[in-house]
Amino acid sequence: MMYLPGNNPNMLLRGHLFRPDGLIFDLEDSVPANEKLAARILVGKILSFLDFGGCELTIRINGTDSDYWRDDITAIFDAAAANPQITGIRVPKVESPQEVVVLDEMLSELEDKSNIPPGHIRIFCLLESASAIWRAFDIATASSRVTALIPGGEDLAADLKTSRSKDEIELDWIRRMLVVAARAAGVDALDAAYPHIHDLEGLKTQTAFVRQLGFDGKSVLHPNQIPIIHEAYTPTDQEVRKALRIVQAAEEAERRGQGAVSVDGRLVDRPVIKRAQYLLQLAGPMHGRDTHDVPPDKG
Amino acid sequence: MPENSLGRKLPDRIEGYGPVIPYRGLETRMPEGRGLGRKLKTPSRHAQKLLSSLEEAIGASGLRNGMTVSFHHHLRNGDKVVCHVLDTCARMGIGDLTLFPTALFDTHEPLIEHIKSGVIRRIMGSVNGAIGRHVSYGGMSVPVVLRSHGGRPRAIISGETPIDVAFIAAPAADKFGNLSGGFGKSACGSIGYAHTDAQYANCVVAITDHLESCLLAPISIPQTYTDFVVELPDIGDPKGIVSGSTIITKDPLRLLIARYTARLIELSPHFKENFSFQTGAGGIPLAVTTFLEEAMTRRKVKGDFGLGGITEHFVALLQQGLLRRLLDVQSFDLTAVNSLCSNINHMEISADWYANPWNAGAAVNLLDVVVLGATQIDRNFNVNVNTESNGLLLHGTGGHQDTAAGAKLTIIAQPLLRGRIPCVVENVHSLTTPGEAVDALVTEYGITINPRRTDLMDCLRDRKNLPLVSMEQLIDLAQKLSGPMNPPQLEDRIVAVVEWRDGSVLDVIRQCSTH
Repeated sequence: MMYLPGNNPNMLLRGHLFRPDGLIFDLEDSVPANEKLAARILVGKILSFLDFGGCELTIRINGTDSDYWRDDITAIFDAAAANPQITGIRVPKVESPQEVVVLDEMLSELEDKSNIPPGHIRIFCLLESASAIWRAFDIATASSRVTALIPGGEDLAADLKTSRSKDEIELDWIRRMLVVAARAAGVDALDAAYPHIHDLEGLKTQTAFVRQLGFDGKSVLHPNQIPIIHEAYTPTDQEVRKALRIVQAAEEAERRGQGAVSVDGRLVDRPVIKRAQYLLQLAGPMHGRDTHDVPPDKG
Repeated sequence: MPENSLGRKLPDRIEGYGPVIPYRGLETRMPEGRGLGRKLKTPSRHAQKLLSSLEEAIGASGLRNGMTVSFHHHLRNGDKVVCHVLDTCARMGIGDLTLFPTALFDTHEPLIEHIKSGVIRRIMGSVNGAIGRHVSYGGMSVPVVLRSHGGRPRAIISGETPIDVAFIAAPAADKFGNLSGGFGKSACGSIGYAHTDAQYANCVVAITDHLESCLLAPISIPQTYTDFVVELPDIGDPKGIVSGSTIITKDPLRLLIARYTARLIELSPHFKENFSFQTGAGGIPLAVTTFLEEAMTRRKVKGDFGLGGITEHFVALLQQGLLRRLLDVQSFDLTAVNSLCSNINHMEISADWYANPWNAGAAVNLLDVVVLGATQIDRNFNVNVNTESNGLLLHGTGGHQDTAAGAKLTIIAQPLLRGRIPCVVENVHSLTTPGEAVDALVTEYGITINPRRTDLMDCLRDRKNLPLVSMEQLIDLAQKLSGPMNPPQLEDRIVAVVEWRDGSVLDVIRQCSTH
């Protein structure tokens, strides 16, 4: 999911063209205090009239410790009434389950007023302190709207009384813990953005690492980072070919009314078929490749 | 008022231009008869071609009021020759001249004074920047004639535009009149645009700042064409001639356009062994070249030749064996200059060879793919590269028409908007290249195929990672994003005539209002 500065019309209008899975319209860190109002109006306007393709749209509001967050949410609802692609808010510096409950109540009230289906606007929680990380599970389960946990970067490192290093060793345990909390709560774990936008090799290494940890995705700051992350999360040709064989065999078995499915001489069960379907779903629209491009098996 | 086949209304005759031959199609105007012959000469065996000053050379050339003088633009924005020659003509009291350059740049802004004083009466050639602006606001008494790189040699060879004196900026020369652009402190590589001038002008004056004491080698233009040679301290500023490196865009949006373009080429039927292409030197085309290199390597496809303005990126393809030959009419950077001098597979070609529609076969006719830019493109795929949306004439035609007409796949690659100005419009302000020569448009929103290219449509169908977008959708989107645009305020007076490469008239450009 790509962050777009809320005060930059050029990027707001074109961010989706780089085909991220989602866009985060940022009203927080990238917008200086004297531009908060203008950015809010601009983001609301653009969200109301533009088609963003298949992108999931979320807005990073200002933190609940600021003076802006209520107005941010109100503005979002004006746009969300016109644009069903807006599915969530990304809340920075979430510290406690109580905060989530307050947000949940306000969202329910506004959904009701705006004729938006209850629960449509979900909450992505940015955990940017040691205490928030410690309470990650409680925060994730404080409302059914919570859909993802995201670790912080700079603020979190500062709170840990350290600095953010190139290999982010200081966030290693944080990441592992957050994945466990997210899985336990049944929500997604999304990784923080990699701040070195010109270091694509570093991004590649880090993305491979967080994917292995179990993260479902990663935020990005620059369009050039998108293909790296897609590549890391896109199944290999070999995996795609195997998944295709599994899914085709399952469909064939269903047509014939057979229960058991055999692929490459081995029986496969329902979870394996589901995983193969998910893998193909990833491989298709994962930008940069379609099934035409999968080379045939050698030999 | 009659219309040409593109619906542009044209007068029968334009004051200062003459009778108008309306454009009727890409290849409808056929040449007849014979072209111009060269002036016969027999200089004394002991005649000295090397003269001591430009004044002496101008005097010896027989240049008089009302004549036509030609120049080439290989020194680009570093050129000092054009202004130097015209300053000298002004001092010598010669005026009422027709200036016949291949192109003029911002560095030629001082010529505006010579236009005002009557030293220059008429311009036939591309006018970029300041002079174009001056022309747009009615600064010349007769219209500028805009021709393509191929249209210009056609006009010379057919006798339509005879040259009285060709002044050739020569980065290297010898006293016998052999010329090269490959070395010297003002090296520019190919001097291909000057070949036709050298062959057909009544008199050829070479101006150099690097005079070899003995016979020059290699030679681009031989002594058989050169009448006089003048050595000056400085003919150009290297910083304006070759940038040293031609930069690939870092803008993610332009990279996205380049990626889509390269993918379109790769999926087209034209991407095959021995294919040929031209991509130019802009940010997007350079990136296309890089992505094509990756595709050629991956698919093990070798190209036959690269054409046109040559950059270090094309040289890299030649060196890697991904291209067998380079045909170079203009070298854009030092790497291209050095390659031209050292690699026999990197060949200098003339503008006639490059793009003239009236010869036995121009190089553009062999092109499989060309990637071009535009200031505007419209619903019918007509392209404007000469004027901006405000009506100002700021750009030359270059090889746009020639390569578009010659290539099997012509792609316009450009953003949907520049700033908040739409590049995709209902109707182009002025028409440079007819839509019938354009096959596809690539923007950041995806690929737009000219409906007549159903074969391309078939190649791209079901490609999830290559968005197809219709021209109608693009126009709607551009209007939605930019809001209403005021049309440029224009006077009736015609300030420029846009010729198609065969000399027929595509369009006229009218004077911009100052209020």
